[in-house]
Amino acid sequence: MCLGIPGEVIEIRADQPDLAKVNVSGVKRLINIGLLADDPPAPGEWVLIHVGFALSRIDEAEAAAAMEFLEGIGQAYEDEIAALKESLIE
Amino acid sequence: MRFVDEFRNAEQAQALSAKIAGLCEPGRQYKFMEVCGGHTHTIYKHGLEDYLPEAITLVHGPGCPVCVIPMGRIDDAMHLAATDDVIMTSFGDMMRVPGSNGSFFDAKASGTDIRMVYSPLDSLKIARQNPDKRVVFMGIGFETTAPSTAMTMLRARAEGLGNFSVFCNHVTIVPAIKAILDSPDLRLDGFLGPGHVSTVIGCRPYEFIARDYGRPVVTAGFEPLDILRSIYMLMVQLSEGRCEVENQYSRVVPWNGNTVALRAIGQTMDLRPYFEWRGLGFISHSALKVRDTFADMDAERLFEVPGVRVADPKACQCGEVLKGVLKPWECKVFGTACTPETPIGTCMVSPEGACAAYYNYGRMERHKVPVTIGERP
Repeated sequence: MCLGIPGEVIEIRADQPDLAKVNVSGVKRLINIGLLADDPPAPGEWVLIHVGFALSRIDEAEAAAAMEFLEGIGQAYEDEIAALKESLIE
Repeated sequence: MRFVDEFRNAEQAQALSAKIAGLCEPGRQYKFMEVCGGHTHTIYKHGLEDYLPEAITLVHGPGCPVCVIPMGRIDDAMHLAATDDVIMTSFGDMMRVPGSNGSFFDAKASGTDIRMVYSPLDSLKIARQNPDKRVVFMGIGFETTAPSTAMTMLRARAEGLGNFSVFCNHVTIVPAIKAILDSPDLRLDGFLGPGHVSTVIGCRPYEFIARDYGRPVVTAGFEPLDILRSIYMLMVQLSEGRCEVENQYSRVVPWNGNTVALRAIGQTMDLRPYFEWRGLGFISHSALKVRDTFADMDAERLFEVPGVRVADPKACQCGEVLKGVLKPWECKVFGTACTPETPIGTCMVSPEGACAAYYNYGRMERHKVPVTIGERP
């Protein structure tokens, strides 16, 4: 919850530009990118996601390190991915 | 794995370790607090204390939002959840935290409608799907999650949704750091500033620590080399007689934070005059409540909330652990009556809690676990 999870932006919703489809470890879900409204991410860029909201833009190296850090946490990371899978933000 | 090696190179870690040791004044002891639970996790996963000289002690701070919620607030939430027509929604992290009558999971098992959500936006969706129910979101977390709750409230207002409210338990990290600095129990030489919280608030809110308390602060990333570099930066400041706020994690943390997030919090929430923290007691202006202009989304105004204070279990010493006065393994019940499977205290429930980090990495006392930087799991 408190730790951000990295995701790659796949597409921005044309009808709702504050929503983006992201890929988090193979799980593709919609998240809200409204908090990055001053400098929105583009497809192919990486963001750090907290509870369904992108909070900051990061580069690919940071994304890889953050993902490995989370995987090292074990159960909490698995719970987070399981929760994300259930998420149906719209 | 080029990317990850960049942050975990064993030679660089050894080099930093030597430079840190070289800056220690003979006979002086240094105590640095890592405020964030994520940092505690990195320190124990990679055995970072073994890279530090005996003169440096790392003290774990209160930066785990699940750990600092007092038992009374859990009981309040359970009372709220048991109200007719209410669907309570909560992050998974909160589900196992014990109140005085069990956890959310226990209440759910006995029929209370408590649902685990990934995001407050999922809670909003439940509200849309259940117009005849009142959906309450259990808002918890530091400044990393408060903007999400705020944005969700703004969205609910824009949609005119009338059955969504927030039981607001969001806390702010800076007053807690100030309370620790004012506490006579502990003398600290510097702080590793939180990583992700700082993406929202930036580095400026820490300036009072350097200015008024004469302690350096370095905002740190989560990789082993980030932590060692940050400790090195603290040691350089001390050796040069400087006290400043520096940003080691500038690749993610902007100096001024995220202004959109801060604005959303400001639109929907207000500072509480005081709030109780587990172990730290009542701290002025340390938490957020729903703003008057959003009173129709404030569960504390919409429902009866008992607001009873509940003492922590006597055996549990989470309070001392959260203040950094005790190491987890010094608690009477650590690893015996209190384990991640059957937690008594919050520091063992949350994976970001200091006790869980110690327990999961077999760290029962200092110098027991071999170092792991650079090794592949």
